[in-house]
Amino acid sequence: MRELLDDLDRWRNAGKRCVIGRVVGIDGSGPRDPGAAMAVNEDGEVVGSVSGGCVEGAVVAEALEMLREQSAAKVVTFGYSDDEAFAVGLTCGGTIHLFLQELS
Amino acid sequence: MNNVVYPELARRIRANEPTALVVVIDGPHTGATMLVSPDHPALGTLGDDELTRVAARDALGELEAGRTSTRNYGPRGQITPEDLADSPAVRVFIESFAPPPHMMIFGAVDFTSALARVAKVLGYRITVCDARTVFATRRRFPMADDIMVAWPDEAFTKHGASLGASDAVCILTHDPKFDVPAIQGALRSSVGYIGVMGSRKTHAKRLERLVEVGVSPVDLARVMSPIGLDIGARTPEETAISICAEIIARRTGRAAQSLSATTGAIH
Repeated sequence: MRELLDDLDRWRNAGKRCVIGRVVGIDGSGPRDPGAAMAVNEDGEVVGSVSGGCVEGAVVAEALEMLREQSAAKVVTFGYSDDEAFAVGLTCGGTIHLFLQELS
Repeated sequence: MNNVVYPELARRIRANEPTALVVVIDGPHTGATMLVSPDHPALGTLGDDELTRVAARDALGELEAGRTSTRNYGPRGQITPEDLADSPAVRVFIESFAPPPHMMIFGAVDFTSALARVAKVLGYRITVCDARTVFATRRRFPMADDIMVAWPDEAFTKHGASLGASDAVCILTHDPKFDVPAIQGALRSSVGYIGVMGSRKTHAKRLERLVEVGVSPVDLARVMSPIGLDIGARTPEETAISICAEIIARRTGRAAQSLSATTGAIH
């Protein structure tokens, strides 16, 4: 979060809406610990990261949809489980839980 | 996070004030956020007074330990398994923002500049300390947060009490009249890592001197010298990597082998 502050302030001052995504849980192996954060603004500008680059693209898409739909905050999960293969996974085979919320 | 919590969170993080950001990630008030610090009343609410009170108390504990975690409560902050059995759980994410770790580097030499740069990348707050005015200058160490022209005693009087497990003292002076008091000062603190530069020969002589001045064997075991991991480092930059790698390995308790030569969990 610390490394996002300057950009978040810049976006807020410019009146840009944005979503912050934070890692809140990891099952198995994961490249970043809980607390790792990224932010996406309404123009699609991105700062920070939540994995080794495996899920960032999907987070951007999810965040932009949240801004469009004015969706409530939620947890999204990326990774693999036994029964279902999600569209996006971590190369290390773990599962990552992210909390996405608009910074209002 | 809203217009009240975010600016205060940003302020506390920038001011290096310890603070915990607490957010409901699942439950009746998903997204409700509060900010908890030891010296302030909680800012914001989780939607229920009792839940807010209990989670704020737990967040202070997590912050104290520098931990980030997810906790489950009942909708009114219940924490016993019986209470949680019938009611839908509220999941609360507690993120601790602790002040950055502190690295004190003694000796204003070329290795100091490289070490300060690498440690800065790792998030350390850097203090460079040397008694010689001509060497301990802002121009030579623009990346340092603080430059002290001082003897070790003075530096430890200022910072010693605040050093803890995640902090580091690196002594690069190569000069016994500076090294010995710096090691003694570091040993009187609770700093997690003490490394001292020097060849094996220098180290052997230094050990004799430390024993002479009454440093105990238990204390000597805390001193990493020669400093750094054995990665064949030659340049100041490579040496800085070797020192920082040793600090990480000591903290995590790993043997610092190549992952390709080992098995088991990486993280």
